[in-house]
Amino acid sequence: MTGTNGTDDFVVFDQVQKSYDGETLVVKNLNLSIAKGEFLTMLGPSGSGKTTCLMMLAGFETSTHGEIRLGGKPINNIPPHKRGIGMVFQNYALFPHMTVAENLAFPLQVRKMSKAVTREKVAKALDMVQMGEFGDRRPSQLSGGQQQRVALARALVFEPELVLMDEPLGALDKQLREHMQYEIKHLHERLGVTVVYVTHDQSEALTMSDRIAVFDDGVIQQLAAPSVLYEKPENAFVASFIGENNKLRANVDTVSDGVAHVTIDSGDKVQALAVNCGQNGNTMLSIRPERVLLSADAPNRLEGKVLELIYLGDHIRCRMAVAGHDEFIVKVPNSSDHAALNVGETCSVGWLTEDCRALDAA
Amino acid sequence: MADVTLQTGTAHNSTASGALLAADGTPLKKKLRQALAVSRRRAFLLVAPLLLFILASFAIPILLLLVQGVKDDTFSSIMPETTVVLSEWDANSEPTEDMAAALVADLISARAIDRSLPTKVGTRVNREVSGAISLFKKTTRKAAKMEAPFLAELHKTDKKWKDINYWRAMKIASKTITPAYYAAAVDKKYLADGSFTDQPEDRQIYVSLFLKTILVSGGVMLACILLGFPVAYLLAHLPSRKANLLMIFVLLPFWTSLLVRTTAWIAMLQSAGVLNDLFVWVGITSDDQRFSMIYNMTGTIIAMTHILLPFMILPIYSVMKAIPPSHVRAAKSLGATNWTAFWRVYFPATIPGIGAGGLLVFILAIGYYITPALVGGQDGQLISNFIAYHMQKSLNWSLAAALGGILLVLVLILYWLYDKIVGIDNMKLG
Repeated sequence: MTGTNGTDDFVVFDQVQKSYDGETLVVKNLNLSIAKGEFLTMLGPSGSGKTTCLMMLAGFETSTHGEIRLGGKPINNIPPHKRGIGMVFQNYALFPHMTVAENLAFPLQVRKMSKAVTREKVAKALDMVQMGEFGDRRPSQLSGGQQQRVALARALVFEPELVLMDEPLGALDKQLREHMQYEIKHLHERLGVTVVYVTHDQSEALTMSDRIAVFDDGVIQQLAAPSVLYEKPENAFVASFIGENNKLRANVDTVSDGVAHVTIDSGDKVQALAVNCGQNGNTMLSIRPERVLLSADAPNRLEGKVLELIYLGDHIRCRMAVAGHDEFIVKVPNSSDHAALNVGETCSVGWLTEDCRALDAA
Repeated sequence: MADVTLQTGTAHNSTASGALLAADGTPLKKKLRQALAVSRRRAFLLVAPLLLFILASFAIPILLLLVQGVKDDTFSSIMPETTVVLSEWDANSEPTEDMAAALVADLISARAIDRSLPTKVGTRVNREVSGAISLFKKTTRKAAKMEAPFLAELHKTDKKWKDINYWRAMKIASKTITPAYYAAAVDKKYLADGSFTDQPEDRQIYVSLFLKTILVSGGVMLACILLGFPVAYLLAHLPSRKANLLMIFVLLPFWTSLLVRTTAWIAMLQSAGVLNDLFVWVGITSDDQRFSMIYNMTGTIIAMTHILLPFMILPIYSVMKAIPPSHVRAAKSLGATNWTAFWRVYFPATIPGIGAGGLLVFILAIGYYITPALVGGQDGQLISNFIAYHMQKSLNWSLAAALGGILLVLVLILYWLYDKIVGIDNMKLG
């Protein structure tokens, strides 16, 4: 993988480390390859090192150790303005003293393009984000969503092969954010540029990405496609960070054929898919709320007591006490034949063995 | 009661024309005014002490002084009869017996009230033509014994009375509201017939002094921008611990006395001072050709720049602090070199701070007094030093007021220009 100039590793982080104070590592030994044309999202809580990685790629931070390669060439010593990477910032970073058109013309002017070419490219880029009529406005005269579009157009107008986005939708309201997610996704599909996107919003990551790198504590916890990440989390952090998740502490008795036989803290014995629980010792069982079965003939049956019911239209959210754990959530789809539940009742709770994953006991 | 009904009536009328009514039928605008009145009154009471203080100690004295620039009743109050007679005189024909009689009568009655009064009149007339003080002293002494015809007696007392210019000078001085001082402040002379002429060449000092003051202020402002901008940049971009330390150095001049700072410059710059010693030691100059850097314009500019520098640094710093670092990063990511990113993105964003600092320094510099007075020597004096001279030494308060008035107008013009070019809304002081 390393050193070659194939399409599979357009951007390569090779054993990259970063420390600000010489005492703690913000990024610990990062190895990551991004293919050309890929939409890769760095997802993680704040302080997990994802933005630092992006800034190292953009050239605003230098790595303490390791090499970053772009198109096969090491870029550690190339200043940001020579990297040719487009970037969209959290607060758009539009230049307030220039009009929208002047903002877009800026990267073309510093590349000494002729006026005619500049005008043509600016118009094309503005049309691309449906902002063709706003060229003469100042950024302050635009709404947040419009500013976002202009920032996007500015990062794309000089046709970079790689575009970095640092939580670009963070300042927008929910509805606009969802709309812009689709717009960015479609733009990416149409232009075929490589996008590295940083966010702490998991639904944003799931919506847009080809692959997601989940960051925590300076380490990539899992790098996979959205569906894999959600359905097959490899450790407890990813399971709880992506989507909702019921956690049960348990002890591994035996593991055979990839199935772990475990004893829950309450004493009940159940089975789960062995992912990274070891041969014996503590484990964390992870079950998605929508995969919990509420029928008397389900496998891995436990006793559950209904504590709270929340009606959410398409489904009913049910909080239960299961095996001494009273934050056990079950999503009951609002279908015509869904189980009738009442607060205070007890019922059977179970799951298919492959839906319950035995993870590390973090 | 009648009033109330009438009001409700109009309110209803205005509903027809579209005005909104509150729930109880009063017009909404009136209701809003009533609702806001209490808070407005409270706000006014809070600022009232300061307002009174400013009025009493600042606004009213300034107004009185400005009035003094065009009003001078020294002559007309002491010499009432002469004033009346002079006002009828055309300033070209020979002085008449009536004028002489009134003059003598006024001088006698003034002397009777207070012996110094005729001298005051003489001083006032002396501003228009020299030699008037001694003439008035002499005439007053002999006035009591004079008999008609008074004109001949005056001619006998002193030949100067035959000179029509002394009578003209009295006519000018007799006017209570007079443009004479403002004319003098711009090197013009107000004549008895109401016209203006240039002052003699050797007495034309104020226009060139105003120009010099503006030039020096502009120079100090430019020097402050050049020196202050990098310091402000450093302050805004250093880690906060170092920036705080640096900020203390910037503010240190504020905490030391102006006199100490200015005299420190004397110790630094005088011909036997630190800098000259250093130059001689290094070999830049020889011992008998030391630079004269103080008691001249150089000294004034150096010391004023140092003293006014914080007023430039602080506004620029506060503006720089508010510029998001992502703007420069964005420029670089778009392909701009460090210089282009600075010049086309960062620098334009600092202009409101430079404008505010520039205006502040310029306005402070244009009226600066102590520093030029201490280190300016002969040619380092500015307009404020002459205002002080007329206030304290020559006691020509009216001329001082006129000079001050022109200075005020200059500052207001600058402010207006700044508003036109940069816009006052863009000014950020902190």
